[in-house]
Amino acid sequence: MTFTVNQRADARTETPGAGDRELLERLLAGDEAAFETLVATLHGPMLRFVRTFVSRADVAEEVVQETWLTVLRGLQGFEGRSSLKTWIFHILANRARTRATRDARVIPFADLLAADDETADAMLESRFTPDGRWSEPPARWQVETPEALLMRGEVMAQLEAALETLPPAQRIVVTLRDVEGLSSEEVCNVLEISETNQRVLLHRGRTRLRRDLADALGR
Amino acid sequence: MLTCREVTSKATEYIEGTLPWTTRLQIRLHLMMCWMCRRYLAQLELTTKALRHLAGRDAPTETPTPLREAFRQWTNERRR
Repeated sequence: MTFTVNQRADARTETPGAGDRELLERLLAGDEAAFETLVATLHGPMLRFVRTFVSRADVAEEVVQETWLTVLRGLQGFEGRSSLKTWIFHILANRARTRATRDARVIPFADLLAADDETADAMLESRFTPDGRWSEPPARWQVETPEALLMRGEVMAQLEAALETLPPAQRIVVTLRDVEGLSSEEVCNVLEISETNQRVLLHRGRTRLRRDLADALGR
Repeated sequence: MLTCREVTSKATEYIEGTLPWTTRLQIRLHLMMCWMCRRYLAQLELTTKALRHLAGRDAPTETPTPLREAFRQWTNERRR
């Protein structure tokens, strides 16, 4: 069995690339189709992000639209030090934060973070003997590659559902890191949390999701 | 020697590459000898790779009219 886990996960992070630069040039040239493409791909994920803090759909939509206006105002000054996506999420998180200070319907991320006190270890504890060995080893999965997993639409749907039911702080971090592909540093910047907090939430979230996949795929 | 419980509790830090090299080495040694933890880590990694494919699961959003107008206005202002 080859083991490839020991490469840094950050290697697959999105860095500002040629795609971003080209898109930026088109936007600055007033290309409406380019703007529509950007909105088409990011508006949904942005709304999803904001809905974690804001339960009311109309307020969430408002925050996202305000964000787009801020994005337009700042676009000429965008220096490409992060990807366009990360920069936009940063603005979005700032808007959500600002909103939370004057609107009781908006929950600050810090509160979600504070509420997240379960430990990932507790989820696994029952599977170890008192001296720390597996009492119930992880079962082999029916699929072992991402490609094979993708073919299993019902499992992917279960994974998506499991992601939606993660505690909010874990869901946000896992979504930004693993779904949207931001680096740990970018996630810390966007959410204004420490590296440790980021990693703990990521660990809890991934641990839970692996367990949920194991329920679907273990044999 | 690290226990399996310790290895799984450090799994994310190991994948992220944030552990001190001594701990890293200890985990590598453990993994060489423990198929259960190898499987666990491979499954954890597979989980994160599968998540990446959930990006773009939202149907494309049509640009709301006020935003399209804001974009036109923004373009015109810069042309003046």
